[in-house]
Formats: sequence, structure tokens, C-alpha cells
Amino acid sequence: MSSTHRRKERIDRGIKVRTDGLYALMSWRELSYLTVPRLVLILGILALPIVMPGMYWQKVITIVCIYAMLAIGFDFLAHYVGLVSLGGAFFIGTGGYIAAILNSSYGLPPLLTIPIATILGAAICTLLLLPCLPLRGVYFAIVTLMYPLVLARIIEALDVLGGTDGIMGVDSFASSWVEQYLAVTMVLIFLFGLRRLVNTDIGLVFRAVKDNDQAVRASGMNISYYKAVAVFIASAMGCLAGACLVHIYMWAGISLFALDFSIIPIAATVIGGGGTIVGPVLGCLILVPISELLREFGTLRIVFYSLILVGFIVFRSEGIMVFGERKYHQFQRWVRV
Amino acid sequence: MDIIIYGIINSVALAIMALGFALVYGISRVPNFAHGSIYVLAGFITWSFLRTLGFPYFWSVIITMLIVGVIGALLYRFILIRVRGMAISEIIASYAVGLAILEGLRWGGFRGMSYTLPVFAEGSVIIGGVPVDFQRIIMVFAGVGIFIGLYIFTHYTRIGLALRGMAQDERAALMLGIDSDLMAVVSMILGAMLAGLAGILLLPLGNIVVEAGYNVLILAIAVCIVGGLGSWAGAVLAAFLIGFAQILTVVYLGSHYQMVVALLAIILTLILKPSGLFGMQKQLEERV
Repeated sequence: MSSTHRRKERIDRGIKVRTDGLYALMSWRELSYLTVPRLVLILGILALPIVMPGMYWQKVITIVCIYAMLAIGFDFLAHYVGLVSLGGAFFIGTGGYIAAILNSSYGLPPLLTIPIATILGAAICTLLLLPCLPLRGVYFAIVTLMYPLVLARIIEALDVLGGTDGIMGVDSFASSWVEQYLAVTMVLIFLFGLRRLVNTDIGLVFRAVKDNDQAVRASGMNISYYKAVAVFIASAMGCLAGACLVHIYMWAGISLFALDFSIIPIAATVIGGGGTIVGPVLGCLILVPISELLREFGTLRIVFYSLILVGFIVFRSEGIMVFGERKYHQFQRWVRV
Repeated sequence: MDIIIYGIINSVALAIMALGFALVYGISRVPNFAHGSIYVLAGFITWSFLRTLGFPYFWSVIITMLIVGVIGALLYRFILIRVRGMAISEIIASYAVGLAILEGLRWGGFRGMSYTLPVFAEGSVIIGGVPVDFQRIIMVFAGVGIFIGLYIFTHYTRIGLALRGMAQDERAALMLGIDSDLMAVVSMILGAMLAGLAGILLLPLGNIVVEAGYNVLILAIAVCIVGGLGSWAGAVLAAFLIGFAQILTVVYLGSHYQMVVALLAIILTLILKPSGLFGMQKQLEERV
């Protein structure tokens, strides 16, 4: 073997190692190494509604946040609990319809309908998905894929819940600022809340369920229970997103079960970087505006997402966020082998 | 009487739809979520050859089967092979490909009522007082033919035996010199061709619509889960169970409930016997 073979070596930056422990408080440089990325994200997202020109793009920001909530839920389920949900539309639809019914039939204000739709919707989703939780493998993906399709078909065929016309005349939010900042703050709360959650004890159990369920069982823990808790958390986020969406559009209809809600969060997660929770938000920030620009292409957009998705999953499965984290924390150099 | 006859016809149709999915999953453990889109795609390719290019029916069917087989092979060789064994990626990748095909077709203008394939033979006969058209009879016989053909193929040819070896124990099969990737490609080709054949056999009974892709995927998966994922005998039996259940609901409740039957069948199976009717040996593996 010649000595010209080289390989890349990755080493943690000194500052990363220093900031891992208490030493982070030693200097402004190290403090900012830790806080600047987070602050940039938080302030950036909070500033988005202000800097966006015009009503249209402000609307887009809200939609980005709706998708971001779904995508965070998908990432959490897929990479921390090991459940692949192909039915984001199921959560959106359940939450959306509940909020719409509560608002139009019982006259509750959005302040009440959204929390009720979140909790009740999450409970219903969890209950409906319960049968496939004790099982490993592809069952969860299959069942979540089926629910939105079948529910849309049932509503259409039986003409319940407004049938194909949907439920009209749902109240809107007090002002567009309330609407935007509600969505934005909810995304931030979920984002940082979940990042905490996955590092607590229950988060550890979730990851154990994904990696080695037999070990969890051997420790005397009920896997189905923990999976149900995880599904409840993720579907609560989806239902909240759905309830907000209904109040934004002032309308609930079959399009709440549309495929967009299932495929965009998945694509955003894969592009943004699975398993980081932040990645999906970044993915949504990239994908959803593009999707708005491409609105005139109709269903070709779904083709476009699907192809991006396949491309990323096959060739660049790490995603933007993981790549960015690596560049931030490590440097590379060539070493001779 | 019409319940029995249409029940049998519906069951055979379901079995034909599900066979391709069951085959691919049974052999390479890849859940092929692009199954339904290949079914619809086959219909549209045949339509294009028949109507736009003016080929005779027989040849357009043959060409379609070849194209669909190649698509299946490419799908495995270039996409699924890279994510094999990673359950999340397998599902997402095959689902995304399926979506791309279906929504691409929809965007390409293939929608509406104008896309129909002609039936193979006009006319109908009366069996036991019920009129049945020739297309359905041909479909039933073709279905039985496919089952017998597959049985002979998997039990008496070298490739078929290799496929079954893969299905039973991939590592042992590798040790005996069976190329597992090649066999997986073969299984994808077979699965895609079965999906295409199902499309060609069943689509003349109605319009070719993109939505059929999702329905077929759901029905195929329902049949496979009820029968036990990967078990072919189970799939056939489950097709009959679901097929008759569907016809009964259509007769007594109304045709809206057909999809609900499929969903209920899946849910009930998952609650009562998660490994399906004939999934005995896999019970330990799949139940957590």
C-alpha cells in the first residue's frame, strides 16, 4: 500500500470541549458560543412576522409554523420513539374539525376551542392509533397512512360534518398579530420543550423503546404505555396546528385531510435533519415558502417534494442541521493513513 | 346467489391486488408503498400505447408489463437498496416514490372520466340466475392462473426456490450462495409486474383514476395484514374474508362503507391476532 492514502479526520473544536462543562461561564466568548445559535433562532423566528412584507407573506409565516409543529411531532415520533407516522393530515383533520364544530355549533371562542381541540383531539388520535402500538414494524405507518384517506372518504360519503362543503363561518382570531404570534410562540415552546423532554427520564425511555424494546420490557416497563404517551404528545401538537389552521382559514373541510400535511413535514424533517427537533423547523422554513412560490404548479408540488425527499434520503440522509452542527462543533483535516 | 358470485369475484380481485405487495414484503421485507401507484401507472401506460400510439391490445399489455417490471427493478436497484434495513427510510422512500408517480400522473392531465381500457371480451353469461360479464370471469380465471403459476414458479424453479429461501432465512440463503440483492430485485420485478397485471385485469371494469392508487394500496395492505404480513396463503384467505365482508356491507349497508371494512379489518386483526391468520412463526418477532 502506498502512503498517499488520505482520510478525513474530524476533531471537536477546543471551545466545544471547554463549553461542555461549567467552564462555559468562564468567558464571554464561550458563553456566546453556546447561546448565539439559540438566540439567533429564537429572535429570528420571533422577528419573522415583523420583517415580512405584506399580508400575504405574513400568512405564509403562520402556515410555516403550522407545518413546523407537525414536522416537530413527526421528528419526535420517528427518531426518538421509532414510530413513522405517514398521516400528519390525520392529526390536522381531527384537531381542525373539533375546533370548527365547537366554534360553529357551540359558539365557543377560539381561546377555548384551541385548547379543547388540542387535548380532545390528541386523546381521540391516541385512542384510534392504540391498536397498532403494541406492535413493531410497519403497522403504525400503515394505519396512520390509512386514517386520513378513510376519514376523508367517510365524511364525503356520509355527508356528515358538512360533507364536501365543509364547515363554514368559523371565527377568526382577533387580529393577524395574535394569529402569527400564537403560532410562532407555540412552535418555540414545542421546540425547546421537546428538546428538554427527550433528555429527561421519560425521553430516555422513549429512545430505549426505539433502540431496544426488549430491554425496556425486561426493566418492567410497559412499552405500549410509553408509546401512547409519545403519540399523545405528537398528536397534541398536530391537533393544535389543525385547530389554528381552521381559525385562520375560517373554514374546515376535507382538504384538512390533504396529502400536503402528511408529506411536507416528512420532507422538512429529512431535509432539515432528523433527530435534531430543530431541523424540521428549518426544513419547513425552506420548503413551505418554496411551496407558496410554486402554487401555480398544483399537484406537481407534491411530486417535487417527493423527489427531494427521495434524493435526500438516498444521498444526504443527515440533513442540513446535522451537517451544520458538525461544522460548528468540529473541524476537519486530512491525515495520512 | 349474487352475494356468493360477486363475493368470489371481489375476493379474487382483492387477492390479485394484494399478491404483489405480499410477495415483495415476504421476500425482501421491504414494504412497497409504491404498489398502488404502479397499479395505476400500468393502466395509464396501457392506455397510452393502445389509444395514443395505436398498438394492438395484446402487445400494449405485454409492453406495459415489461416497462412496469423495469420500473420495479430500477426502484429497488437505485433507491431501496441504499436504505434497505432502515425501516423509517424504507417506508418514506417507497411512499415518496409512489406519491411522485401518482401526483405526477394527476398533474400530467390523467384525470376525469375519459380514461377507460376496453374489456377483453364483450358480453355476459348467466350463472345461477346472476348475469356476469366476461371481463369478470376472465379476471377470476386469470387470478387462479396467476396463483397456480406463482405456486409452480416458487416450488419448482431454481429462482423461485431461491426466493423462498430468502423469504425464510436471508442469512442461510446467503451462505448457500444465493445473491440476496439479485433476488430482491427479482422479487421487486415480480411484485411490480403483479401490480401492473392487477391494474390491467381490474381497470377495464371502470375508469382509470389516480385515486385508485391509494385505494389499491390500502386494500392490498389490509389483505396482507389480515392474512399475516408475508404469508401468501394467508393473503388469499384474507382476500376472501374481506371480499365477502365488503360485498355483504354493500348489499346490506351501502357502498360507502367498503373502505371502512378494510380499516376495521386491519384494526380488529391488530387487536385480536396481530400476526394475522397465517403469521404464526412471526408472532414473537412482531409483537413487542
